[in-house]
Amino acid sequence: MSHSENAAPSNKLVRALIYTVLIFFVIYYLLPLYVMLVNSVKTLEDIRTGNLMALPKLLTFQPWRDAWSNAQIGVEATGLKPYFANSLMIVVPAVALSTITGALNGYVLTKYRFPGADIVFGMLLLSCFIPFQIVLIPAARILGLIGWSGTIQGLILIHFVYGIGFSTLFFRNYYAAFPTELIRAAQIDGASFFQIFRRILLPSSGPIIVVTVIWQFTNQWNDFLFGASFSGYTSTPITVALNNLVNSSTGVKEYNVHFAGAVLAALPTLIVYIVSGRYFVRGLMAGAVKG
Amino acid sequence: MKDTLQNWLPRLVVAPTFLLVVLFVYGFILYTGYLSMTDSRMLPSYGFIGLENYTKLFNLRHWNIALVNLAIFGVLYIGICSALGLFLAILLDQKIRAEGFIRPIYLYPMALSFIVTGTAWKWFLDPGIGLEHTMHVWGWTSFQFNWIKDRDYAIYTVVMAAVWQSSGFVMAMFLAGLRGVDSDIIKAAQIDGASGVTIYRRIIIPLMRPVFLSAFVVLAHLAIKVYDLVIALTGGGPGQATELPATFMYSYTFARNQMGVGASSAIIMLVMVFSIVIPYVYSELRQGQSK
Repeated sequence: MSHSENAAPSNKLVRALIYTVLIFFVIYYLLPLYVMLVNSVKTLEDIRTGNLMALPKLLTFQPWRDAWSNAQIGVEATGLKPYFANSLMIVVPAVALSTITGALNGYVLTKYRFPGADIVFGMLLLSCFIPFQIVLIPAARILGLIGWSGTIQGLILIHFVYGIGFSTLFFRNYYAAFPTELIRAAQIDGASFFQIFRRILLPSSGPIIVVTVIWQFTNQWNDFLFGASFSGYTSTPITVALNNLVNSSTGVKEYNVHFAGAVLAALPTLIVYIVSGRYFVRGLMAGAVKG
Repeated sequence: MKDTLQNWLPRLVVAPTFLLVVLFVYGFILYTGYLSMTDSRMLPSYGFIGLENYTKLFNLRHWNIALVNLAIFGVLYIGICSALGLFLAILLDQKIRAEGFIRPIYLYPMALSFIVTGTAWKWFLDPGIGLEHTMHVWGWTSFQFNWIKDRDYAIYTVVMAAVWQSSGFVMAMFLAGLRGVDSDIIKAAQIDGASGVTIYRRIIIPLMRPVFLSAFVVLAHLAIKVYDLVIALTGGGPGQATELPATFMYSYTFARNQMGVGASSAIIMLVMVFSIVIPYVYSELRQGQSK
């Protein structure tokens, strides 16, 4: 930050221009969220006759109630509520599993270098980037073979497995900076593998656990492809349900309900972002910059 | 005996999840690769037909549309995100007082699901209720903006929504890069009398080569994988105007019962992603070791 002190233009006009441009882009990024929010509390009549930017003539929360518990999704008029619950039941265990796995893997890969450890890490790392289309057909087969097609457990397994790569990457990079001498000293004192992990590494892993949980939660909550491919009647996640709601061809298009539904689906990740944006950004960066 | 266990324990801890990844990623890639050379249609079948599916694939108009669309989308998405990201990062680096307020607003779209983004933009760009309608209500009755319904222009609406979602993230990458530039170099340039613009053009931006590379790799692999956004925004239409390889793979495999062709398209996607990601990951890992 220090260099910008002098590099900053002193000219007031230039600074005014910079602020104008920055504010323009604040509006640009907020506009779709504004459109969603403001139209989710309008009547359908108001949307049709009025315009998307205007504030509601008549404030109504009916679209929210409809989106949550009445809207027709698929064959039943259940609203998004059961799908929201499905997403939670899938994502919470999958996030927990892949985070614990990542922590253990990261611990081993940095503190117990065994022959081939680099290959193991390289393969885990590469698995982060595959286009998931490549695994759809065999994954559907395997889920069928073990009887987990269209179930919550099936999706937990899928999200867990494809989350291992990133979790391992995060913890490995974090633990790489942790002094190995401390581990060796504890070993000499007779501490076991798991004691060292629990008593020495875990207590200082707070930030990276937060980063990993946020990263996995955001990705898994927002997943659509796996949900669309592997979920069944009782395990459809919210993203798939929202898409069904918005793109169903029957009946009147209830834009206000669609917008309310979109905000509902976005709410958990938005809240996570607002509460701990700093860690969210760190995860994004760690995902982009390896080594 | 206890020592042997302690010696093997680290490997035993990594092994189960590593084997899961080997099966679910690398095993599945091989399986899909094999299926791409079989006569599989609705279900996997194992009649070997060599590269016939690939010949068929590249003769399909549908696939060629998807490739051309990917080229258009990829170039614009990567180009605009990088340019806008760098531009906003440089502006934000001018000791902006409200930076802590502005930066999270630029970045929050990254926390949203593509399905949510797609829904918001779908109605925002819809001529019937969105921007065009709004302009008409405001009195600009000749205003026309129906790209989302226009075969020749619909792909650009996918670019618009995708840029909105990702450009803030690229901005954050560049901003982190700008903050990492050694301030001594800049001070030296200032003493030599270089202006702010020259310092950016000649010194800072060239120093950001690694950030450009990271941004390119992240954006390129996102572009190849993009699926949910198209499904929510246009459903691949109008007609096939916004089909991309990811949507092609899904519809050929699961809707059109041409699993062999679908598998071959997934392999092509994987080759595209790996040819970008593998050299990058390899060089990053090597750099990491030499440090």
